Amino acid sequence: MTTTTSRKRLLNGLSDATGGIGDRFRALPKWQRGLAFLAFVAFLYYLPLLGIPGLTWLRTDSIEGGNNWAGVLFVCAVYVLIAIGLNVVIGLAGLLDLGYVGFFAVGAYSVALFGSTQSPVVKALQERFDLPQGWAVAWAICIPIAIAIAMISGVLLGWPTLRLRGDYLAIVTLGFGEIIRIVVRNVSWSGGPHGVAAIPGPEGAPSADNQVFGLIDAKPWYWLALTVVLLLVLAVRRLENSRVGRAWLAVREDEDAAAVMGVYPFKYKLWAFAIGAALGGISGALFASRQGFIEPNQFNAQLSILFVAMVVVGGAGNMAGVALGAFLLAYLPERFRDFAEWRFLVFGLALVLVMLLRPQGLIPSRRRARELKDRAEEVPASV
Amino acid sequence: MLLEIENLTLAYGRIEALHSVDLHVDEGEIVALIGANGAGKTTTMRGISGLLPVAGGKIRFNGEDITNLRADLRVVRGICQAPEGRGIFPGMTVLENLDMGAYTRRDSAGIAADLERVLELFPRLRERRKQPGGTLSGGEQQMLAVGRALMSRPRLLLLDEPSMGLAPMVIQQIFDIITEINQQGTTILLVEQNAQQALSRAHRGYVLETGRIVKEGSGQELLHDPAVKEAYLGVA
Repeated sequence: MTTTTSRKRLLNGLSDATGGIGDRFRALPKWQRGLAFLAFVAFLYYLPLLGIPGLTWLRTDSIEGGNNWAGVLFVCAVYVLIAIGLNVVIGLAGLLDLGYVGFFAVGAYSVALFGSTQSPVVKALQERFDLPQGWAVAWAICIPIAIAIAMISGVLLGWPTLRLRGDYLAIVTLGFGEIIRIVVRNVSWSGGPHGVAAIPGPEGAPSADNQVFGLIDAKPWYWLALTVVLLLVLAVRRLENSRVGRAWLAVREDEDAAAVMGVYPFKYKLWAFAIGAALGGISGALFASRQGFIEPNQFNAQLSILFVAMVVVGGAGNMAGVALGAFLLAYLPERFRDFAEWRFLVFGLALVLVMLLRPQGLIPSRRRARELKDRAEEVPASV
Repeated sequence: MLLEIENLTLAYGRIEALHSVDLHVDEGEIVALIGANGAGKTTTMRGISGLLPVAGGKIRFNGEDITNLRADLRVVRGICQAPEGRGIFPGMTVLENLDMGAYTRRDSAGIAADLERVLELFPRLRERRKQPGGTLSGGEQQMLAVGRALMSRPRLLLLDEPSMGLAPMVIQQIFDIITEINQQGTTILLVEQNAQQALSRAHRGYVLETGRIVKEGSGQELLHDPAVKEAYLGVA
């Protein structure tokens, strides 16, 4: 008894703390909210230069052996982008995808295989069309190719599997992520287990001549990723409030009821998969461009689980929530490197705690919280 | 004939739940389908709305064969179902639920007028319009399901157990509204365990027993039929 009441009190305290801020924020006049948002965005752009006395301890290079701060921020931004994309699938359409790393890998490999002069695909194209040695597809063209291939793979995965519901879908998608990795490891046209090097960035293949997007200074990369994140957040927000967003919501809450309202569930689930895959592809493409080199083992199933954890811990359905979740799961292990070995234990504990105390996530979507509550009430009634 | 069903057989996997059922609904009618628990009433509804694939037989709507048409396209043709029980969207507010009902429509003026009409029919929904559907009482959820179905401006409204789990007074209210909707021009096919109410309101009725239609007739005929009386009305 006492544990449940104290737990409830803790829970209420937590939701008062976060929900209270949200409500107060929503109550502000529109121009003040806009101003606050702009100030926050400006702060995000300033973040790699962070030198405010009293806040410098946040930097990952403030500890001994810590990683380059801007480089960590870049990875955080890529993870936030992944979380935004996976949130479309899990949070908006309600489909549990455990193989999201597959789309991330497809995006990364698309840029690598079409953009790197050392990739087998580019070499084959050179031979076939008599192109010069240094030829490769330009980065600016690689990105739309990556998006397109990721989207197509999303549709290919979704077409046969989206008729499955719940756990079955999760298992099939888990398999998909692994299939991508294993195929890429074992075929010859992908560079196999050695991976692909010399992946281009916005300025072309990595070299000492790169002025802005070089290997050393990660700040421009972070700013680029942050800009992409902000643009896509706005795009997803628009989508969420459109007819498509309403259809996702309806399908997520009750697929049959949605169908008798005139929504074709399969079509909208497929759209969620395709859009989610495209976002995963973009993040993979950015990641590969910055790394300059990728190999299959960077895209293992563990990463998929980490992606799902970011969404669930942050608060599925709420973009601020999943962004926070992604940031925390990417940033904390870097900042507290002393505990890096304990990272999976800490992750596990954090996950269990969040599930117990705050199953709707750190910054929950109000709707998802209501659905969870409704389902919790429905279960004992149906037994 | 608005809806014409011939030899309809429906099955869950290999288990047949409905065997060669014939029934029809004329424009402007209220038709009641009564029967005990497990007789196949809800199964019939799911077959007509397209949620359950047809195993055999034909369904024609307004002359068109819709036997293998997808559920969402049947809505466009003018068939809309108010599902039984908690078929509403719990996380959406009452207004959002009603708005969902008009998903296939694009005429915003007509939608606004129909919203007003639904809120006239169900003043309770107006009071609770900003409340999430999941927080409504059982009766209010049932009203919301009916109101939401009306928002698609259906030619044929399918009502699955509108009285289920409701207090007698609320049942009376719901059936008054059903009659009113019908008088405003909507054809209604009604599935009910509450045979007394359903038959006294319906123009015609069918009695379903273990997946077969065993009796049909006008509402009054069935209401006074000794066998129906004994089995469904609780009087000998």
